[in-house]
Amino acid sequence: MCVVCGCAPETRGESVRVDPRTGDLHYGHGAARVSVPGMSPQRAIKLEQDVLGANDHYAATNRAHFTSHGVTALNLVSSPGSGKTTLLCATIAALRQREPQLPLAVIEGDQQTRFDADRIRAAGAPAIQINTGKGCHLDAQMVAEAFHQLPWQGGHHHHGPVHDHDHGHDHGHDHGHDHGPAHAHAHAHGGNHHHAHGNDLGHDRPHLLFIENVGNLVCPAMWDLGEAAKVAILSVTEGEDKPLKYPDMFAAAKLMVLNKIDLLPHVQFDVPRCIAYARRVNPGIEVLMVSATRGDGLDAWLDWLLEDAVRLAAAPGVAAPEAPAAPVTA
Amino acid sequence: MHEMSLAGGILRLVEQSAERERFNRVTQLRLEAGRFSGVELRALRFALGAIAPGTCLEGAAIEIDEPPGRAWCLQCDTSVELAERADPCPQCGGHRLQPTGGTELRVIDILVND
Repeated sequence: MCVVCGCAPETRGESVRVDPRTGDLHYGHGAARVSVPGMSPQRAIKLEQDVLGANDHYAATNRAHFTSHGVTALNLVSSPGSGKTTLLCATIAALRQREPQLPLAVIEGDQQTRFDADRIRAAGAPAIQINTGKGCHLDAQMVAEAFHQLPWQGGHHHHGPVHDHDHGHDHGHDHGHDHGPAHAHAHAHGGNHHHAHGNDLGHDRPHLLFIENVGNLVCPAMWDLGEAAKVAILSVTEGEDKPLKYPDMFAAAKLMVLNKIDLLPHVQFDVPRCIAYARRVNPGIEVLMVSATRGDGLDAWLDWLLEDAVRLAAAPGVAAPEAPAAPVTA
Repeated sequence: MHEMSLAGGILRLVEQSAERERFNRVTQLRLEAGRFSGVELRALRFALGAIAPGTCLEGAAIEIDEPPGRAWCLQCDTSVELAERADPCPQCGGHRLQPTGGTELRVIDILVND
């Protein structure tokens, strides 16, 4: 198997289903059962634990932390080359015009290089680059550590390493629990969390944090980072059928941004069909059309950021991944 | 390939259990991976096989239950079972479906030798 993307030519365990008409291969349909050797003496231990439980714990901590500081965090996901960074640079420039006082920052995820963080800094916003090495996604702990490194506008800096403290969901409480020494340093503003930071990361004004995930439409869907919402960016130079090809990602996203619409006259991309496909896997997904390079649709995108996203961030849990929007029956 | 990270998470849960319950070897590991969990089972088996040597999971049989995907059909106003995310409602053929189940990814239980 290819250890980069997980593709595997050899057949092991799960069977492959071959489409008799086209010869296409469909993995993941096998019975996936393995018989148990009769060994003894042995005992059974019940675990019933979420495999992503550790990540989800960090994500919940991030979400509470973001909420308490008025930070609206957005997790930007797409395939490589959709124009995420270009959209962010255009967004930063447009927000600086429209909301010059709004503090914003970017966490950049890539496997290698600091090119993207450099572009964001050149565009005028603080940025922290996370290089995942061989990793194909950001996880909540990486984001927690990057968030603490972010030099927000006005010089705020969370010092020291990140501690796995549990903020709980109500941040209006007294900070009586044990943060450990380094965190106590970062939060040494007195016991109550309704303090003034003396810089821009206070509690009484909104902040915008963009987390640009590794370009990958598969893996980042599973890792909750503590964001208010996932935003899936799809460029019209890709196929309009991507929402059906990568349904997990479009199912997890709150908003789909169709980028590079200035190129629509030159490519075959059926916009209504793309939107219909996205709504097939996610009936509630919102859609915006933009051109980051020409500026089309940026006003509506900024409206969404300043109103809808901020509202989502104020109601944590609503945007939790896979949260059912309809009642579940037994 | 996120299955490698997931396999690492599974091993960590099992090793934490080994510390608590004091066992040396796992003979069977039972997982639950819902149809909408975003996990490719072949890749997950490969990843578990790759990290198992030298750990308590070495030689363990891996069983994976695959609960079906469930969704709420906004048109039929009822819960239905789906094989794939993009599938239509089996009752009305529509696509106004909100996923409600099948996203589980859990370690259920293990059989161990001391």
